Amino acid sequence: MTALIEIDRLTKRFGSFTAVDDVSFSVARGEVVGFLGPNGAGKSTTMRMLAGFMAPSAGTARICGADVVDEPVKAKRALGFLPEGAPTYPEMSVAGFLGFAGRIRGFRGAELSRRVGRAMERTQLEGVRLQPIETLSKGFKRRVGLAQALLHEPPVLVLDEPTDGLDPNQKHEVRSLIREMAPDKAIIISTHILEEVGAVCTRAIIIARGRVVVDAPPSVLEESGRSLEDVFRSLTTGEAA
Amino acid sequence: MITIARRELAAYFATPVAYVFIVIFLVMAGALTFTLGNFFTRGQADLNPFFSFVPWLFLFLVPALTMRLWAEERRLGTIELLLTLPIAQWEAVLGKFLAAWAFCGIALALTFPLWLTVNYLGEPDNGVILAGYVGCMMVAGAYLALGAAISALTKNQVVAFVIAVAACFIFAAAGSPVVTSFLSANLPQLAEISRALSVADRFQGFTRGVVSARDIIFFASFIGFWLFVNNLVLDHRKAD
Repeated sequence: MTALIEIDRLTKRFGSFTAVDDVSFSVARGEVVGFLGPNGAGKSTTMRMLAGFMAPSAGTARICGADVVDEPVKAKRALGFLPEGAPTYPEMSVAGFLGFAGRIRGFRGAELSRRVGRAMERTQLEGVRLQPIETLSKGFKRRVGLAQALLHEPPVLVLDEPTDGLDPNQKHEVRSLIREMAPDKAIIISTHILEEVGAVCTRAIIIARGRVVVDAPPSVLEESGRSLEDVFRSLTTGEAA
Repeated sequence: MITIARRELAAYFATPVAYVFIVIFLVMAGALTFTLGNFFTRGQADLNPFFSFVPWLFLFLVPALTMRLWAEERRLGTIELLLTLPIAQWEAVLGKFLAAWAFCGIALALTFPLWLTVNYLGEPDNGVILAGYVGCMMVAGAYLALGAAISALTKNQVVAFVIAVAACFIFAAAGSPVVTSFLSANLPQLAEISRALSVADRFQGFTRGVVSARDIIFFASFIGFWLFVNNLVLDHRKAD
């Protein structure tokens, strides 16, 4: 197993507040890591540093061997990133937006339309391909963001709350998509939905107050006879249940 | 970079901003040229009445173009998307600037009826007119770079607009007699610097048909400096 994502003592401070405190872990090909934690625990900040959006205060991360601080463009090429809230340009059409993302990633002509078509097919967006994104529902918008992250078939996917705002059927679709892609990628998804971890993840990392408190397969967490929810609550509220 | 510039340019035309900007610019430029500028009665076939108003029109209109460049990205969160695509940050900065600059070029090009009019009525020196247009582009570029850097500071477009107008005004008025005489009376050392930094003063040379290397270098460094500041601001204030 080769580690496609290596997070090495990553730390982020905002003034005197430490949002992410000395976080280290790595993710190998074939792994789907569920990144859990209460709001404000540092999930999004960790993902933003991994995606090269924020500079770490200390430590670093590597994506497919490329350091996100020293070789940001190389690291970003290997990465598909869905930012929190799946931001997109509202005035663009779905096909226009994906075409823009594809051109930035260097695809042209037939290759570009093939990839845009494939990404729309995987996220069931063909029906709305020419609609302006601002007219779409929340679930569609999220899938547009997801399609953008999948477009270039990256070896590493970092998805910040990919199923937030989707209805149960759409959640199911996205989870099957993640499971289907899992064997040849390293994937990190953050989520608040604990059942999702059991459904798609091979490993759960729970983070609280900027620190990793648990790093284990979901089955191990549940073995002690408690539900994942109990484990999560006891670990993140600081007191043993 | 070209991809970003194309997207930005398309974004102007996807919203009413582009059409409002162009219509207002053309109406105001035309109205001011023919009324306050005495285009017909001054009896000279040139575009100086038009050119004399352009820096002042741009003072208000260019910040309207730049206010959304980064403030909008921040508000929508798309800045996180844009800056995690595999491009260097300066490419995004330059791409946005080029799109806005190309847009100003389109607006200026649409004033061609004025040029046709003077050529129909008389025999103007078209070289001087061309120099005037080059000067207009320089002023537009200077205000755009300044406005874009200010837009990167905030996620509120109105704040970006108001501060950009004020900042552009400082550089426009820096060479005006009111400011320079005040400064020479009180702070003589600053008077020369103030005059040297005046965008409007530099522009005067172009309207007389003089395209001097010094002025081009001034505008190029002015634009380069503010794009550099823009990049720096993004480095330090990614998200808030």
